[in-house]
Amino acid sequence: MTADVGAGELLGRGVSAGLVCAPVLHLVSTAPEAGAGAPESSDQAATPEERLARAVSALDAVAQDMQQRAAAAPPAAVEVLEMTAQLARDPALASAAAVHVDRGLTAEAAVELAVEEFCTQLAGLGGYLAERDADLHDVRDRAVAHLRGVAQPSVPAPGYPFVLVARDLSPADTATLGDSEVVGILTEEGGPTSHTAILARSLGLPAIVGCPGATALAEGATVVLDGATGRVDVEPDEARRDEVRRALDAPAGPAATGPGRTRDGHHVGLLANIGTVADAERASGYDAEGVGLFRTEFLFLNRADRPGVDEQTAIYTQVLELFAGRPVTVRTLDAGSDKPIAYLPLPREDNPALGVRGYRVAALDRSHLVDQLTALARAQRATGARVRVMAPMISTAEEAAAFAETARAAGLDEVGVMIEVPAAALRAADLLDLVDFVSIGTNDLAQYTFAADRMVSGLGDLLDPWQPALLDLVAAVTSAAQAAGKPVGVCGEAASDPLLAAVLTGLGVTSLSMAPPALQAVRDQLTRLSLTMCREIASTARSATSAVAARRAALDLATSAAPV
Amino acid sequence: MHERRTVIGSRVGLHARPAATFARAAAESGVAVTITAGDRGPVPAASMLSVMTLGAEYGQEVVLAADGPGAEAALDSLAVLLASDLDAD
Repeated sequence: MTADVGAGELLGRGVSAGLVCAPVLHLVSTAPEAGAGAPESSDQAATPEERLARAVSALDAVAQDMQQRAAAAPPAAVEVLEMTAQLARDPALASAAAVHVDRGLTAEAAVELAVEEFCTQLAGLGGYLAERDADLHDVRDRAVAHLRGVAQPSVPAPGYPFVLVARDLSPADTATLGDSEVVGILTEEGGPTSHTAILARSLGLPAIVGCPGATALAEGATVVLDGATGRVDVEPDEARRDEVRRALDAPAGPAATGPGRTRDGHHVGLLANIGTVADAERASGYDAEGVGLFRTEFLFLNRADRPGVDEQTAIYTQVLELFAGRPVTVRTLDAGSDKPIAYLPLPREDNPALGVRGYRVAALDRSHLVDQLTALARAQRATGARVRVMAPMISTAEEAAAFAETARAAGLDEVGVMIEVPAAALRAADLLDLVDFVSIGTNDLAQYTFAADRMVSGLGDLLDPWQPALLDLVAAVTSAAQAAGKPVGVCGEAASDPLLAAVLTGLGVTSLSMAPPALQAVRDQLTRLSLTMCREIASTARSATSAVAARRAALDLATSAAPV
Repeated sequence: MHERRTVIGSRVGLHARPAATFARAAAESGVAVTITAGDRGPVPAASMLSVMTLGAEYGQEVVLAADGPGAEAALDSLAVLLASDLDAD
């Protein structure tokens, strides 16, 4: 990254809004040093049996530690922690270590080599398996720390609030952040959909990820971290500290509430993304104008039989009742060979992102779609709620027409499509002739625009929603929607970035849908800027030639228009 | 030696989560079961790491083997488990 960053300043991806001024402390790391495989004298005297017993008990201690953390962890982290525990206890790891201690190696070296052997084998198999690499290395680092009697990678507890800095955070690290003194998170690696980002948002902690230079910060250095903009001021001067203190102390103007509005009163719908009935319950307590994306996959996955119309009607009714009086936008089943459905035989594909997925599944078996639409229409009649239904992964006007016809025939009258494929964005006018609204899924639109698989790590920069080419496609859709006088929403990750929300508003997006904890930061950002400013910021971002430059230019303009 | 042949039912293959679930069940059975996939293996079914190194894909045939008391029952239930989709989420 070659962002034009001032001397005392770092720039990363703001993934959880909020402003904080505090010293930084690094995650205590225990990564083994290079050459640590050499036998160590302290362990040489012991017999192979004793050395093996030490290795096994260290691995077991790691497993127990992970199990304990799992018991207290948020649901999202439990599975990963339990899997890490299972890896640490794996009998094959102990057998491999036994071979090495027999050859005269120390317990530490035996554990390291055993882990490396499995990492090499799994890396050779590629894909998902290669990703277990990180989990195994976490096991190794923790076991070696046990053997050396040094601290486990752990979150400091200095007795005062601090910003936690790390290369990246493992689920084990983050499981206990909820009741720590951490007031902000800053990581060198990771992207907007990383585990760290999701966790920070759920805890309401300001966070910046993918920030080059973060791990080189001096321990205890004071920073101002702005999770909305991605900017870190290192050792800020008194003037900047005062500014932040005032911003934090200021009764901040009463926090904005209600429908999203720019400073001059232009309305932008602020909606919630939900994926289960439990989500809907949580989201209904937030200040949201409705649901912009109700993912319905949970009804179909994880079961052997197909849910009937009655069962589906009951679930949809529950969700609609929770949002009585507010619109609920329902996305029809979005399955694919990477999100398989037991009773819907999809061919195995080498490239699921480009295969039979989303609306294309309906081409294999239309009765599925008809059942779902019938159930939605029944739930709508039962509750009197306002249901908006949309199909995922629409590429052509023919698909949009067929979906709209099926949905209307089922008794649903507000019908839309998702725009996730560049072809649909380029010909949005054709689609808008046929449907009542469109919703842009920026995550998939980025994946298909940049030919960058979302499931492949290391392509985060291409998938950055600030990419000017992506903004161009959004602009193509909004101008078609404006010409048609129809609404256009955004329901991808992009909508939850407050600064990007201003850009999208400037481009003409009429509603933004996001994880509910992100709503307030976006609402606050919108109230600081007029629609004209949003348009200027959008135009500046689109004029940039890189994602980093686009964000930077937008940030400078937004800051001068409405200083924080 | 008793054997069961079955086909991997997990769409993602016998990878992380399915491998973890299968290895846990194998360990809980208390029977020393091995698993072979094509020319890879046999490896102990109770080891998630070893199972993952088979790289068994969706639809691939694998062979489970075990001996001694309880072997047949353990093989039957593990074969059923492998044939189902263990990664549905």
